[in-house]
Amino acid sequence: MLEFARHKTVPVHRYAAIYYFGGMTLFFFVVQVLTGILLMLYYRPTATEAFESVELIMTNVSFGWLIRSLHSWSANLMIFFAFLHLASVYFTKAYRPPRELTWVTGCVAFFLALGFGFSGYLLPWNELAFFATRVGTQIPSTIPVVGEWIMRFLRGGERVTTATVSRFYGWHVAILPALMVVVLGLHLLLVQLLGMSVPPPAADEARRRRPMPFFPHYALRDFLGWLVALGVLAALAALFPWELGEKADAFAPAPPDIRPEWYFMFMFETLKVMPGGSIGGLEYEAIPILGFGLAALLLLLVPFLDRGVVRRGRSPVFTAVGVVAVVYMVALTAWGYRSLAPVYAVLGAGILVWLFAWAIERHENGGGG
Amino acid sequence: MPADVTPGTIPDPDRRRLLNWFLGTSFGALLASIVYPVARFLNPPEVETAATNEVDAGAANDPEFVAKGYKIVRFGSEPVIVVRVGETDFRAFSAVCTHLACIVEYLKANQIIHCNCHNAQFNLQGQVVGGPPPKPLPPFGVHVVAGAEGSARVIVSRS
Repeated sequence: MLEFARHKTVPVHRYAAIYYFGGMTLFFFVVQVLTGILLMLYYRPTATEAFESVELIMTNVSFGWLIRSLHSWSANLMIFFAFLHLASVYFTKAYRPPRELTWVTGCVAFFLALGFGFSGYLLPWNELAFFATRVGTQIPSTIPVVGEWIMRFLRGGERVTTATVSRFYGWHVAILPALMVVVLGLHLLLVQLLGMSVPPPAADEARRRRPMPFFPHYALRDFLGWLVALGVLAALAALFPWELGEKADAFAPAPPDIRPEWYFMFMFETLKVMPGGSIGGLEYEAIPILGFGLAALLLLLVPFLDRGVVRRGRSPVFTAVGVVAVVYMVALTAWGYRSLAPVYAVLGAGILVWLFAWAIERHENGGGG
Repeated sequence: MPADVTPGTIPDPDRRRLLNWFLGTSFGALLASIVYPVARFLNPPEVETAATNEVDAGAANDPEFVAKGYKIVRFGSEPVIVVRVGETDFRAFSAVCTHLACIVEYLKANQIIHCNCHNAQFNLQGQVVGGPPPKPLPPFGVHVVAGAEGSARVIVSRS
């Protein structure tokens, strides 16, 4: 193992900054596991006690507000970095052979992360969470034949009740983590075995330059990044503690500012603009839902569909599709919030990566390392 | 060991097949005996809900009715929206939006039943007038009866 670590290297080139996104996602996942275990000690997964137990954590338990805020903030940052990691791997076409399986396990881990987000959102049993779960679990019911069964399976009955909270809790703290450990373990193992992919435009550059030893050079850089991430996370959690909102009431109208988590916003907005009606027995609302399902499947299969990158080393069509998807998602998210904040977030992340890449580039050229 | 099988020779292929079949089926049975109860366990049980045929939604001049123009009442385990159109004119519908099951409210100023989740709009007949819902809101029966001490009460029933 140590011998392996000693011989492992990371290529050096002008896009090398993107290699840090995966490690960053992993860091926030570790924070999730640790803070999640702590929250488990006080949280009670029933409709009558869930809200009160989170309230207890936020008000009475020493540093409870901090642990819960860290958990919520870290979850969002984890998803954000997972998005960045996925996008950067997609656009640099790092899924090229022999890394197809690395991509597939990465995608599955990403879907599991979204599952964590969805199941965790309900647990505080507040108004927003209640309606988000009502809508989210109703969505599969539009699928022909098996839809109703899936909805009942997710909810643990006909409606979103205490059975749903205990079920989501089970998924959130046991089933999903167990699956995640396997998938993530495989993903990391594959990354280690196959090494880092070099983006085609940087291939020459990476050949010219001496690769960086993973241990300790690259690991220390990763560690420094995590230290900064911890600082940002702690500042966010301390300055903007996560709100709890109003307790869910199954007999009250949905609140006017109802919205899902930001990373489901573009789907939410798409559902909102679909008109009512049906075509050939299929309700219109099922069309985007089936579309998103299909898109997820296609995303998973990208390495097997993109043959251009194998033959010619480039695939402009896939790049264009990716750009359209990102623009669509960012635009609908911005529209959903009636704010340009999501656009700024993406631009900010882009600039940050560019600065980071530039700093590394300068440093490497300056003979350091 | 049968007399015709000597050590070092190939055993009877029929017997091998039989043994494999037993091994295979018993392994299959073992798997099935684990998977079946687990699958059944995961499928949530039907919960009996008391049959409700009539619910008292309160006095016709209930301040909530007068101020907001509507009330959401528990009809068994389902929410039902009761809208006050006139002093004695009430309408009742399932409060579960036919789009993706959020709970609707009544916007008195626009006389529209509205769902905040995806901007669904229904008129006072429960018909869809805007937004994504595929079906009208299922109606409930509603009538006003004289209660004790001369107060009128709104009674919701399955239509």
